[in-house]
Amino acid sequence: MGFFLYSKNGQLVLAVLAFVALMAVLLLVARLVDRAKGRGNTPVMVAVFGGPALLLLAVGLIYPALRTFWMSVMDKRSENFVGIQNYAYLWENPAGLVALRNTLLWVLLVPLLSTGIGLVYAVLIDKSRLEKVAKSLLFLPMAISFVGAGIIWKFVYEYRGAAQDQIGLLNAIITGLGFEPVRFLQDAPMNTIFLILVLVWIQAGFSMVVLSAAIKAVPEDIIEAARLDGVNGWQMFWRITVPSIRPSLVVVLTTISIATLKIFDITRTMTGAEFNTQVLANEMYDWSFTFGDNGVGSAMAVVIFLLVIPLVAYNVRQMAKNRAVR
Amino acid sequence: MAAETIAATEKAVASAPPRTSAGSFKRLVSNRIGSAAALVIAVLWTVPTFGLFISSLRPESAIKSSGWWTILSDPQFTLDNYERILAGATSTNLAVYFQNSVVIAIPATVAPLVLAIMASYAFSVLEWRGRDWVFVGVFTLQIVPLQMALIPLLRIFSGTEISNVFPFLSLWVAHTIFGLPLAIFLLHNFMSEVPRDLIEAARIDGAGHVTVFGRVMLPLMLPAIASYAIFQFLWVWNDLLVGLTFSGGSRTVQPLTAALAAMTGDRGQDWHLLTAGAFISILLPLVVFFALQRYFVRGLLAGSVKG
Repeated sequence: MGFFLYSKNGQLVLAVLAFVALMAVLLLVARLVDRAKGRGNTPVMVAVFGGPALLLLAVGLIYPALRTFWMSVMDKRSENFVGIQNYAYLWENPAGLVALRNTLLWVLLVPLLSTGIGLVYAVLIDKSRLEKVAKSLLFLPMAISFVGAGIIWKFVYEYRGAAQDQIGLLNAIITGLGFEPVRFLQDAPMNTIFLILVLVWIQAGFSMVVLSAAIKAVPEDIIEAARLDGVNGWQMFWRITVPSIRPSLVVVLTTISIATLKIFDITRTMTGAEFNTQVLANEMYDWSFTFGDNGVGSAMAVVIFLLVIPLVAYNVRQMAKNRAVR
Repeated sequence: MAAETIAATEKAVASAPPRTSAGSFKRLVSNRIGSAAALVIAVLWTVPTFGLFISSLRPESAIKSSGWWTILSDPQFTLDNYERILAGATSTNLAVYFQNSVVIAIPATVAPLVLAIMASYAFSVLEWRGRDWVFVGVFTLQIVPLQMALIPLLRIFSGTEISNVFPFLSLWVAHTIFGLPLAIFLLHNFMSEVPRDLIEAARIDGAGHVTVFGRVMLPLMLPAIASYAIFQFLWVWNDLLVGLTFSGGSRTVQPLTAALAAMTGDRGQDWHLLTAGAFISILLPLVVFFALQRYFVRGLLAGSVKG
């Protein structure tokens, strides 16, 4: 018994066993009801199959989200009502404005660059003999954590004074060409761009895989017809390929935008949000957990939520349109 | 190896017949420029990780004084860095965090998976009033950023007796809840595509819902289950936000990502530890990724293209 309670591995085994046992009991109950009542037992079945998940979502997601709304209009200990004062911080304070500006830069650049690179790469390797291997190479960073990617790139960007040997790849190339080494992560405003490139590096694989599948699904006959009309490669790309895969492009762009809004790991690992690289998601963390001000922290969470909504709305509308067309 | 495959890719790209729309685009930009571009992208996407791996095998003094590319002229290899982070002094030992990550990730993958498979049965096979509205509600929950639910959810657990006895419980529950909306959505899409006749036939033969679920649905769902399991595992393994906030910085429960993030802050110049630590943390995801790539890609496409 001690193993299950007092060691980590024991608790791991215990947790899985307990959970599986609980689900098995639920299904057993459902089975008995099934036998006893024949067909008029849907409410019990809904409760058994859907109940646990819905209950968890209500307690663990819906209630906390509503509470965060409420906390965002209260003071730091959630005791007194302060109205929109917490939100006002964002545009009245220089640090808040920097975070807002950087976040917009991230949401603008990451989706565009990663989708662009993914699309070009997908087109270039399409139908080549080693397509699979070529895909894996671009796709590999998707499996790496943002923290891991942050360390990988911090090493690439590493800066040493001009007198020393460079150990960062980029500065080694730059000094090798005879230029002064660059402080990639310290000098604003370009440092934000260099952080953004790390996320582009991670997300390009995602867009490449999705867009490559979409490209392969473009019907042969459209392509043949266009070719008979004497369309050249450039026109083929812009008038046939891009319009045909437009639904997938929208999905990729919006999915990456939404993910970008929530990211704080890269900034945290690579610059610690110093040198004017702060972003909303990281500032939310700092206010809530470092400064202990739940009011401003919650307000920032709400702002992230509000920024996500138009993206999702657009995505859902496009999906509905495509369904209607099909 | 990377160089070989890239060279081969280049060749293959160059000789591929322009049969698709993409093909004629390639012909336009001329095979040479096109394959050079693909090659540049492929190199940019692999060299940083490769450099990290090489560096992690170099002695501390070498890492700090010269670039990893100098191994060609001055080959020095050692496993000391790995020894220090896996079996060394407490302050630099990451082995315990690796174990924490495993202990967090397994239940946090199993639980949402099982719950979501069952819920998707309720949403696709069972027929009840309000079903579609509730499903849209669950779908919508995907847009709630983690940040929105973090603090109140944390408060539910903090200071309770049960979270003292089971310190991992709050992490398991948090990951489970945050993973559920997407899991239900994906698995529901998949389950809705199972032909109705199959279910009806089983029902007419007298099978109850539990039997239909276990004997008909589960076997058909295996590929979808595999893809989602990989996603959830990688997601939990690579997560920093939940790990950081719900572990409260405690060494007993903190995952590897949080420990590494702290290390970049405290020991930002200890590249011998950072490179080896980072490589340890990406090792398991890479193995999972290469072993199960097929399912991974399928899951990605199911989630984004079908919608």
